[in-house]
Amino acid sequence: MNDTLTIAGRDFRSRLFLGTAGYPNQQVMLDALEASGSELVTVAIRRISLDGYSESLVDVIGDRAGLLPNTAGCLTAKEAVLTAQLAREALGVDWIKLEVIGDRELLYPDVEELLRATEELVGDGFTVLPYCNDDPVTCRKLADLGAAAVMPLGAFIGSGLGIRNPHAIETICARSPVPVVLDAGIGTASDAALAMELGCAAVLLNTAVSKARDPVRMAAAMRDAVAAGLSARLAGRMPKRAFAEASSPQLGLIGT
Amino acid sequence: MTALIRVNGREEDLSAPTVAALLAGRGIAVGTPGVAVALNGAVLPSRRWDETPLSAGDALEIIRPVQGG
Repeated sequence: MNDTLTIAGRDFRSRLFLGTAGYPNQQVMLDALEASGSELVTVAIRRISLDGYSESLVDVIGDRAGLLPNTAGCLTAKEAVLTAQLAREALGVDWIKLEVIGDRELLYPDVEELLRATEELVGDGFTVLPYCNDDPVTCRKLADLGAAAVMPLGAFIGSGLGIRNPHAIETICARSPVPVVLDAGIGTASDAALAMELGCAAVLLNTAVSKARDPVRMAAAMRDAVAAGLSARLAGRMPKRAFAEASSPQLGLIGT
Repeated sequence: MTALIRVNGREEDLSAPTVAALLAGRGIAVGTPGVAVALNGAVLPSRRWDETPLSAGDALEIIRPVQGG
């Protein structure tokens, strides 16, 4: 691991991927994007409003960042595959954040459908980044099927609960043949730093920034947290000890 | 009897002869960036909108990217 992240042959200087939803307004979203330093932003694919054509999100984002369309809301592999194919047609982008949800309330992945959709989309030439459980076996299966990265959840989407099972994430990172992107559950900067310290290659987040009191400031905090977490990871943390060990010299103590 | 088609989940009378004509009626020209169409569950590339006729019972999905996470 070094300063540049490479996924499917594409280099990223920033290890923060940012969602575009839920900001107070469009300008705040753009300012947060700039402050985050992110080079890849997620977008959703939805039916167009036939009542009137409004400004395209593609035009709004312009060349500020690459687009990573998602299949959010899809419940079956079939829906997700068609959504990915429509995204490719609409955006000319063959990268897809693959979400196949098994429970609309929990937004938890449906592993069976996710594996099926991954296989089909990889076969159709997509660079597939699946949002998945924090489960080393599922992550390995996804990588075996040709996923370009795996994106295990830290906690439920939009919950801001942080990384609920850091040991699982660390285990996935240690064993994954492809980059691991912590996706979902990040609530604040320390969560993002922890993800990187655990060995994640990048962090994908949205609500932690868009619903912060000051989204632009939080975007900058996330940028710094991801960089700090990566540096700490590369620096190698000290071993943990059960008891104290004085850092000041033990010789020459006054009064002895 | 009126022929019906389904556009983005809503049933309507079939009045446009082609996909391109239907989209033009909504202000969407061929080549509009960020718009894609699926006809009966399969992507229909924009270069084929002009030549693709609509018939009764067809289902169209017209999509575009929106803010998402």
